[in-house]
Amino acid sequence: MTEQRKQISRTDFIDDKKSVKRGFTFSRKQLCIPYGLFLAMFVVFPLLLVVYYAFTDSTGTFTFINFLDFFTDMTKISTLVISVLVAMLVTLICLLISYPVAYILSRMNQKTAFVLLLLFIMPMWINFVLRAMAMKEFLSLVQLPLGSFANIIGLTYDYLPFMILPLYSTLIKTDRSLEEAAFDLGAGKVKVFTSVTLPLSFSGIISGAMMVFLPVMSCYVITDTFSGSTGFTVIGKLIAWCFLGENGAMTNVNGGATISLIMLVILFGTMLATGGFKKESTGRGTNI
Amino acid sequence: MIKKFFTRGYVFLVLAFIYIPIFILVMYSFNQGKVIGVWERFSFIWYRKLGEIKDVVFNTITLAVVSSIIATILGTLGAVGIYYSKGKLGKSVKTASQIPVVNSEVVTACALVMLMIILGLSHRSIFGLYVGHIVLSAPFVVLSVIPKLKQMDSNLYEAALDLGATPFQALFKVVLPEILPGVFSGFMLAITLSLDDYIITATLSPLDYDTISTAVYKAIALSTEKASEQVPIYRALTTIIFLITVLAVVLMNVRSNKKVKNNGKV
Repeated sequence: MTEQRKQISRTDFIDDKKSVKRGFTFSRKQLCIPYGLFLAMFVVFPLLLVVYYAFTDSTGTFTFINFLDFFTDMTKISTLVISVLVAMLVTLICLLISYPVAYILSRMNQKTAFVLLLLFIMPMWINFVLRAMAMKEFLSLVQLPLGSFANIIGLTYDYLPFMILPLYSTLIKTDRSLEEAAFDLGAGKVKVFTSVTLPLSFSGIISGAMMVFLPVMSCYVITDTFSGSTGFTVIGKLIAWCFLGENGAMTNVNGGATISLIMLVILFGTMLATGGFKKESTGRGTNI
Repeated sequence: MIKKFFTRGYVFLVLAFIYIPIFILVMYSFNQGKVIGVWERFSFIWYRKLGEIKDVVFNTITLAVVSSIIATILGTLGAVGIYYSKGKLGKSVKTASQIPVVNSEVVTACALVMLMIILGLSHRSIFGLYVGHIVLSAPFVVLSVIPKLKQMDSNLYEAALDLGATPFQALFKVVLPEILPGVFSGFMLAITLSLDDYIITATLSPLDYDTISTAVYKAIALSTEKASEQVPIYRALTTIIFLITVLAVVLMNVRSNKKVKNNGKV
C-alpha cells in the first residue's frame, strides 16, 4: 500500500515538474497550448470582431444603425423569416423520412442493417454540390420546374443522410428490454412507441435536427441552384452577399457582421431551446 | 411477412430517392451529348476532357490533404492536452473547440474575413483559405480522439515515464499507438469536411482559385457560359468519385471481415 502510494506521488512529481528529465520536456496538458492559441487567434478573436463590426459604422464609431438597417428592410426580414421556416420544414421532412428508416434498420439483422446503412452514408462522400447537380438534372429530366418546391426537394435530398445517421446510432443503443417491459405491462404497440421508444431516441432527433436545421439556413448553394427565378433564398446568402458582392469585392463589412450576429443569436437560441449546451457534443459529424 | 415486405419496401424507396439521380448522372456521363434525357451514343468523350478540370481537382485534393494533416496534428495534440488537463486551460480550450462545431460555416467564414481585414491582409488569400479549413476540421479531430483517450489505460503513459522514456517518447511510442484509430478517423472526417466545404472556400479563397465545390456551383447555379460547358465533365467526375467511394467501402469491409475472421482463429 505504501509502495503504491509512493509510486503515485513519484509519477505525479514527474508529471508536474519535468525538470527531473533531461533534454526537452513538457507536461501533457501543455500539449493543448498550440491548439489553444490557434483557436484563440482564429476562432474566438474573429467572433469578437463580428460583435465589434456589428456595432460600429464604417468609420469605427459605435452605432446601432446596422441593426436599424436590417430590421427596417422588408426583404431582409422576410429572408430571415423564410430561412427559419424553410429550415424547420426541411428538418421536419428529413425527420419524417429518416425516422422510419433508422427505426427499421435498428430492428434488422445487424449485418444487413450495416450494409444498408453504408448505402445511406455513401453518397455523403460525393461532394454536396455535385449531389445538388445530380438532383437538378434529375428534376429537369422529370420536367419539374425550378422554384420553391424544387428547392425543398433539393434541400431534403442533400441533408437526408445527415439525419439518418444520428437517429440510427441512438436507436441502436436504446435498451430493448424497456420496450419489452412496456409490452409486458400491457401497453399497446403505439403506446410503447410514443412513451418509450420515441422519448429514448430524443437525443438522436436533436442532434440530427441540428445537423439539418443550421446548415439549411446558412448554405445558400442549394437554394441558388434550385431557385430559378421564382424560389427563395436563405440568410446565408445575405451574409455572403455582403462579402462577395458582384465580383468578390468587399461591399459591406458592417452589414455582414450584423447579419452574422443575428445568425449567432438564432443559433444560441436554438441550442438553448434544445438543451444542446448540456450535452458534451452536438453538431455536424459528431455521431459519424 | 407482410410487415417485413412493407418495411423493406420503404427502406428501398428512400434508397431509390437517394440513388436514382446519381445513377442517371452516371449513365449520362457516358453519353456523347450534353443534355440529360437525350441519349446520343455511348462515348468516353467527357472522361477524355477531364484534363480541363485537373486544376480544380488538384486544388481540392491539395487543400483537403494539407489542411487535414495540419488539423490532425493540432487536434490530436489538443485532445491529449484537453483530456489530461484538469484545470482552467483544458476547459477553456475545450469550450473554444466546440465553437466551430456548432457555429454555422457562413459565420465562421465571415469572422475570418474580418480577422484578415484587421490583420491588414487581403481577405481572399491561400493563407486564409487554409486557416478556414483547419478551423472547420480540427475540432472534429479532437472529438474523435478524446473517446480513444478515455478508453486508454491512463497509467501507461506514467509507466513509460517511470521506465525512463522521455515525455516525447512516451507520447509517440505509448500514447499515439493507443489512440491511432481515433486519430485516423479524425483525419478522414477532416478530409470529408474539407472536400465537402463550399462556403468557407467561396468566401476566403483567391478569386481565380476554384475547388470542385465552387467550380460546380459556378456551373450549375450561375450558369456562366464557360462553366456550364463543363457540366458533362463534372458528370464524369461524379462517376469517378462514386466509384472510388464504392471501392473504398468494399475494401474497408473486406479488410474488417478478414480481421474478424483472424481474431476468431486466435
